[in-house]
Amino acid sequence: MQKLHSRQQQWMPVLFLAPAVILFVVYVIFPILQSIWLSFYEWDGIGEKTFVGFSNYIELFDDYQFWVALKNNLYWMVFFMLAPPIGLGIALFLNQKVMGIRLVKSMFFFPFVISQVVVGLVFSWFYDPSFGLFNKALGLFGMEPVAVLSDENWVTFGIIVAGLWPQIAYCMILYLTGLNNLSPDQIEAARLDGAHGWKMLRHVILPQLKPATFIAIVVTVIGALRSFDLVATMTSGGPFGTSSVLAYFMYEQSIFNYRAGYGAAIATVLFLIMDIYIAYFLWRMLKSEKA
Amino acid sequence: MFPTPIEKRSLPFNLSYRVAVWISLFLWLLPLLAVLLTSARSTADINAGNYWGIPSEWMLFENYTMVFTETPMLRYLLNSILITVPAVIGAVALSTLAGYALAKFKFRGNVALFAAFIAGNFVPFQILMIPVRDLTIGMGLYDTATGLILFHVAFQTGFCTLFMRNFIVGLPDELIEAARVEGVSEWQIFWHVVLPLVRPALAALSVLIFTFIWNDYFWALVLVQSDEVRPITAGISALKGQWMASWQLIAAGSIVAALPPVILFFAMQRHFIAGLTLGATKG
Repeated sequence: MQKLHSRQQQWMPVLFLAPAVILFVVYVIFPILQSIWLSFYEWDGIGEKTFVGFSNYIELFDDYQFWVALKNNLYWMVFFMLAPPIGLGIALFLNQKVMGIRLVKSMFFFPFVISQVVVGLVFSWFYDPSFGLFNKALGLFGMEPVAVLSDENWVTFGIIVAGLWPQIAYCMILYLTGLNNLSPDQIEAARLDGAHGWKMLRHVILPQLKPATFIAIVVTVIGALRSFDLVATMTSGGPFGTSSVLAYFMYEQSIFNYRAGYGAAIATVLFLIMDIYIAYFLWRMLKSEKA
Repeated sequence: MFPTPIEKRSLPFNLSYRVAVWISLFLWLLPLLAVLLTSARSTADINAGNYWGIPSEWMLFENYTMVFTETPMLRYLLNSILITVPAVIGAVALSTLAGYALAKFKFRGNVALFAAFIAGNFVPFQILMIPVRDLTIGMGLYDTATGLILFHVAFQTGFCTLFMRNFIVGLPDELIEAARVEGVSEWQIFWHVVLPLVRPALAALSVLIFTFIWNDYFWALVLVQSDEVRPITAGISALKGQWMASWQLIAAGSIVAALPPVILFFAMQRHFIAGLTLGATKG
């Protein structure tokens, strides 16, 4: 009996894991390898594949559009970093116990729950040069209307602002949870020592919010690198590709221009950039696992 | 509590805080409010450029009726449900099994496998796009709900396994050991001991990935092309192309698309936030 059990114990995890692992390998692990492999081929997506070595990459690093997309991803990452501090600010603002505050908190979270396609539509209206609220607001200050989404200089920032809306909501909820779990003793002790306001926030509160900050930064960086939905719905990368990001550029090349090999090379570059963050996250996660 | 509870401040401060909270909420949701109002506007209002004011004529009922009768919106909505519900059930089921194995069995490669699930969850979709599309076409599942469901189940399994594993790790080993000593089979242990204990986690996880899958746009573009299968996110953007000037319809459609996750969020708020903030409170 004992023997049967230990044998069962040996095999059961394999059975429990098998369905998930098989699907995960087929749909995630294997495709990653395939994409990397494909990036060394010239392929229209249907016909024969021709091995071309590194020429997709050489072309890529020479492609003006690639640098535009990469630069835009960089803007996304830099400006998306506003989400954690603004989210913290809103969380601090809302962390009170007045009537109806729970409803307010959940409604502040709305932008994160709704689809990015809807967010994109909402902001397209907001920016519309002829009737958008944004230009009406500019008009109030006596400024000329700006067609944000068709202006090469403004378009990416316009989309990033739209992206910040749900991202700030996400960070806010992370911080609200964090604030809920603060140690009251430490705060009381610090108060007795005369700490308050900014000093309290910096030296007592923020250190305790570290786990929330870590997650907020990770999801924000990943969100910035993954940005696709908003670019696709708001501008399709336009005008003239000036608002494209790597994710959209890849999609465009593979689906509209039938350049699967080239698309795979773009995807591989994006994947490599993201790996830095994935590796960092894993390292942190597994370290805390051991502790 | 930080900041200092507002009750301890002066009355005027207190009152102005209460007002400020609602004003800031109003401003925060202003864009959404505009869509809501636009979904109730008449064509005349739209043509006159009244996009932000109060509708001169309330056409709420008419517009929503029109969205459901004149456009494929109802079909899109149904498609989204037919795709999302099975995908959520599939991903949660597979990952509960896998999460249990990773949490309560010691074997070689346990940590590596766990790490792979976590990492896979963060990869950019584009690195999967071409092979997954080829695979789906190869299996004859391109432009079918099944093709989309299979992918969602596989991809969400990464996050779900991480989630379930972390939850199950916290369950006491003694319960499982006691059952083993009694001679209960491993499957029975899973079914009768573990499963009842993870119910709250199942709820949290389900509402969370329901929204993720419901809101997916990229894979709906890549794996589907016809109205018969297209989920609501891709549907809205298709509508936008066809009904260019009928903003009131697009607005009504957007509200319809946004409603299911919003309702679910409201109904299961605590679970939703518990799922989302997993890891935000401990190092």
